[in-house]
Amino acid sequence: MNSAPNTTGVTEAGHRMVERLASFMATLRENGFAVGLKESEDASGVLASDLAEHRIVLRAALKSLFSSRRSDWQKFDDIFDAFWGMRGRHRVVHLGSHAKTARTAELRQLAGADIDPGRDAGLGEPLRRGDHDDHEGDAGYRTHMEGASQTEKLTETDFRKISDRQAIEEAHALAARLARRMRTRLSRRERARSKGRRIDLRRTIRRNVCHGGVPIELLWRKRKRKPLRLVVLLDASGSMDLYTSVFVRFIHGVLDSFREAEAFLFHTRLVHVSGAMRERDVDRALERLSLLAQGVGGGTRIGECLATFNRWHARRVIHSRTCVMIISDGYDTGPPETMDGEMRQLARRCKRIVWLNPMIGWDGYAPEARGMRAALPHIDLFAPAHSIKSLAALEPYLARL
Amino acid sequence: MGYIPDRELPVALQLMEMLGRPLLLEGEAGVGKTEVAKALASIHATSLIRLQCYEGLDQSTALYEWNYQRQLLAIRARELEGTDSAALERDVFSERFLLERPLLAAIRRSDRPVLLIDEIDRADEEFEAFLLELLSDFQVSIPELGTIKASSIPRVVLTSNNTRELSDALRRRCLYHYIDYPDVERETRIILARVPDISASLSSQIATMVENVRKEGLRKVPGIAETLDWAAALVGLDVRNVRDDPETVHQTLRCLLKTQEDRARLTPEVSARLLGKVA
Repeated sequence: MNSAPNTTGVTEAGHRMVERLASFMATLRENGFAVGLKESEDASGVLASDLAEHRIVLRAALKSLFSSRRSDWQKFDDIFDAFWGMRGRHRVVHLGSHAKTARTAELRQLAGADIDPGRDAGLGEPLRRGDHDDHEGDAGYRTHMEGASQTEKLTETDFRKISDRQAIEEAHALAARLARRMRTRLSRRERARSKGRRIDLRRTIRRNVCHGGVPIELLWRKRKRKPLRLVVLLDASGSMDLYTSVFVRFIHGVLDSFREAEAFLFHTRLVHVSGAMRERDVDRALERLSLLAQGVGGGTRIGECLATFNRWHARRVIHSRTCVMIISDGYDTGPPETMDGEMRQLARRCKRIVWLNPMIGWDGYAPEARGMRAALPHIDLFAPAHSIKSLAALEPYLARL
Repeated sequence: MGYIPDRELPVALQLMEMLGRPLLLEGEAGVGKTEVAKALASIHATSLIRLQCYEGLDQSTALYEWNYQRQLLAIRARELEGTDSAALERDVFSERFLLERPLLAAIRRSDRPVLLIDEIDRADEEFEAFLLELLSDFQVSIPELGTIKASSIPRVVLTSNNTRELSDALRRRCLYHYIDYPDVERETRIILARVPDISASLSSQIATMVENVRKEGLRKVPGIAETLDWAAALVGLDVRNVRDDPETVHQTLRCLLKTQEDRARLTPEVSARLLGKVA
């Protein structure tokens, strides 16, 4: 019964096929495919047709029916072969690509071998230290960066300072305020208005039929406003530890109130975190995020992460009214040429690049890190971001975009 | 016709015919998504109606529009004659004054045309939602005229370049096919079919070469159109075997590349190395 489907005759065999189909679809669903009743109806049609005579053809037919995006398309063949094939039936089927499972698996992988989910670790750690660390020099900072191991983070967890009501509220209020100011942008799509830029001929004539077609009342079209899209790339490497927690909350607020916003986290690699950040509850969002940020001591490969972004995400998340906000100290362990090239590429794509560097707020800081220097020529706004206040200072700039 | 599909595309097309569902084609730029629709139209000997999407595309450019100028003129003319206004209105909003745009044209044809909705990802979300509705009912209501129902369900092909995430609803409505860059064997056949006077050996050399160029990690990976241009260039320059004339090959190969950066990257040494891989 594991042989290639064969539906000559709507007999017992036919019934078995339909049963098998249902369980195949369940498997697909487990693997993150969006298949519903309509698809199953069509699929039974396919099974009854001559497309079902050859395995390869049937596979192609079901593939095009059940897939709806490239990721589906790529994994379909394996799932199909595993299910209908000579290999063990149910063994190979769970590719673990069901949206949720995939994410968890990815988190686990990123976070290192074993994580105790009970512990709220990671991002929130060291604001407390910020109080007396502020004037430590460059060298000291690097040491800290290298020492950002998992254990240190886990043991030094301190959420108190940041989960302090006031700070959260301030960050949220700020994000909401930024959002309100930035939300509206001009778009080319127009809608009818009583006053506007162009005459809406259609409505004008309709309205003036009663005047025998003499256009007495004019109706207008006006540009519809389109929201600015904000893409945030947050450096979550060891050297940024002191600030990450604040920014994560800030980003959470931004994603909450912007209709269009995307967030990415990077350290040694780039992670798309919009999903985790959309979690309504701040603490749960943070929990999911802290998994992503753990166990990634060592340096940041900003250039490489930007390359990943440019190659795989930029086209989808960036449009002409996008502002890319990079929050990082610019300590790149990769070659500055990569950084230069990728920043140039990025600058060509989006409207504005804002680089927030918490270290500008420090006394005597000059952007001397190699990576930072390479990136500077492509940045539209290079601003400090070490305190809520400095973030608030950004507002007027962003509002003008 | 001259379109050489991958193995799975014909099945998708057959399925599309069987189920009457639209087909969503995705793939990198230049892999021939638009060509599929053209080929489909010529297989079925029917017309191809193309709607190119862009940001700001709205119903009046995609579906229908009244011919206002003519309406105004007609009103003026009738006024002089002194027709009564009710009859005038009926007349002004009649078929004669309706401008058919691609979508309306597609559902009013009786010969099941191929409707190509090109680069749907460039249109706004609002338009996508509207399109979804149209694709499920195949009917349009024009307030002044009434509802127009499709006399035959057109064969709908949508293409997307993935510059924006499409809605799940639209994706679910459609059959899906992902077009990849062709493998060497298929690309050879494509070159043979499309470039006149080319020898089988040269086209296979070109296909191998292009495949290797695609692996070089360029910014703009050359598509099939570029391959064909290059093949035509080599034929025009009377190159029989790419190994005979590395200099010309290098010069022309650079024509495949669309950015300065990529050109800088493809040095003579690189192209010599690529040539080395060609059998």
